[in-house]
Amino acid sequence: MNVNRLEKPNDILRELYKNSWLYLMLIPGLVYFLIFKYWPMWGLVMSFQNFKPHLGISGSDWVGLEHFIRLFSEPQFFKLFRNTAVLALYNICFFFPIPIILALMLNEVRVELFKRSIQTVIYIPHFVSWVVIVGISYMFLTTEGGIINDLIAHFGFEKIPFLLSEEWFRTLITGQTIWKEAGWGTIIYLAALSGIDMQLYEAAKMDGANRWRQMWHITLPGIRGTIIILFILKMGDFLDVSFEQVFLVLNTMNREVGEVFDTYVYTKGLTQAQYSYSAAVGVFKSVFALVLVLGTNWLAKKAGEEGIY
Amino acid sequence: MKDRSLGSRLFDGANYLLLTIVALVMILPFIYVIAVSFATPEEIAQRGFILFPTQFSLSAYAYIFSTDTLLRSLGTSIYITLMGTFINLFFTSMMAYPLAKRHLRGREKILLLVLFTMLFNGGMIPTYFVVKDVGLIDSLWALMIPGAISAFNLIIMKNFFQQVPYELEESAKIDGCNDLGILFRIVIPLSLPAMATIGLFYAVTHWNTFFNAILYINDSSKWPLQVLLRDIVMLANDRFGDQSAVERSDFHPITIRMAVIVFATVPILLVYPFLMKHFAKGAMMGSVKG
Repeated sequence: MNVNRLEKPNDILRELYKNSWLYLMLIPGLVYFLIFKYWPMWGLVMSFQNFKPHLGISGSDWVGLEHFIRLFSEPQFFKLFRNTAVLALYNICFFFPIPIILALMLNEVRVELFKRSIQTVIYIPHFVSWVVIVGISYMFLTTEGGIINDLIAHFGFEKIPFLLSEEWFRTLITGQTIWKEAGWGTIIYLAALSGIDMQLYEAAKMDGANRWRQMWHITLPGIRGTIIILFILKMGDFLDVSFEQVFLVLNTMNREVGEVFDTYVYTKGLTQAQYSYSAAVGVFKSVFALVLVLGTNWLAKKAGEEGIY
Repeated sequence: MKDRSLGSRLFDGANYLLLTIVALVMILPFIYVIAVSFATPEEIAQRGFILFPTQFSLSAYAYIFSTDTLLRSLGTSIYITLMGTFINLFFTSMMAYPLAKRHLRGREKILLLVLFTMLFNGGMIPTYFVVKDVGLIDSLWALMIPGAISAFNLIIMKNFFQQVPYELEESAKIDGCNDLGILFRIVIPLSLPAMATIGLFYAVTHWNTFFNAILYINDSSKWPLQVLLRDIVMLANDRFGDQSAVERSDFHPITIRMAVIVFATVPILLVYPFLMKHFAKGAMMGSVKG
């Protein structure tokens, strides 16, 4: 059989020799992935141990599922899960549709210069760091001299402690995400929109469809595949709510609704040195995310859509 | 071709107006920050919202450069951005090139190995210990090496390399050039839009690097700009400059923060227009399956 012929050691050697440069070029990258991506995955076994850094994984005691049992029985667990999930839901409901809407709006613009100017402007916040985005929001929203609160006071209302309140935390996070990423998010939809066959629009116009109907019957179905793929990928980030951002916005006044899995891992693991326990929290989060991606992908395929794999 | 009905014109009008408002809302905060960083204390006291200061003052900028704290962080950030992006592009292209060769045996397995890291990873704590075990804690390499190849960018680059005409590579091979030479002499020069786009993505990540520095760099003299920025803007640490200037109080304390933000943001925005024309094209490569 063909396979047997190729599996002969001589052939493999010949193949290696013929493409020796290609295989050599793969080595640095492979070494990188093994050290910095797969070694940490192996490191996750520490969540079944009482890991001590000076003993390493081979020398630490095994404790089985103790850390997972602790996580699930802790009252913190419900709070973390709720906070993370609610933030993710906010993101899906209020952020996810905005790049789609913006892309559809941009797609309707006929004046090329106007379109390009708007694009240039709305991409900018994406390139700015979270520190700057959160920092600017701080200076705008603080009750001590922030311009928004000065305005509120000017009109005779009571100042609102946006930064230090539990009620405003989620709105603040979602608003910042929209500001930073909504414009950039349009790129992929605009790419998909440019692939729609113009003849479809011509035909629809012949049939007397106005622009709303064209959008509904041609444009939206044309980018449905892209929307679904991005939605599946979003599910993978479900528990990954932009960690840097939450870390920066978090303070003692909003921790009750703001603490999410990632910030909890950081606090427990690296500031309180409970390595194994925090690694267990990380494992739970990663596995949950994986299940969500595979589950959404399975559902999408079941509904007759193209999944991510 | 043009549809000139009343409904259609109303639609256009509302569309243009809304897009303009969205763009303004997104950009005005930055303009405000830049304006205030140049404003005098009197003007800040008199006018609430400044988009264009009537009197320019550079005293906030003079203050932030009165000591070398900010300059040192700036140097660190420039270094990790240039060096880090070079490392990224070098390693990513070197791995992407063989993976773009469909005939290469074992290619599928390696691609799977790469793709899996996009779905599952070890997370913060185990990664921290790997970085520690390889001895990178408190070294600037910790901000460059652990992120040397992004799986996502690797796939984009691989897809781009697959579009380079094979005949060009073939003729170089006949001239006795090896695969490494072909990559650097033929494939990369032909893929400049992709290199520019991916290079920009990597460079932005390095310039904006914050949390990795919090994790891996304890020594405050090695802090990149963003970490110092948080210290100044959010923890309200205004005392990093020459204190005699504060006593003269020829600037409003808020202008210092604004000036630091401008300083941390402007370099990225200066490169952006030059790369804009490339990345509108390059960013679409990712959406091409292959």
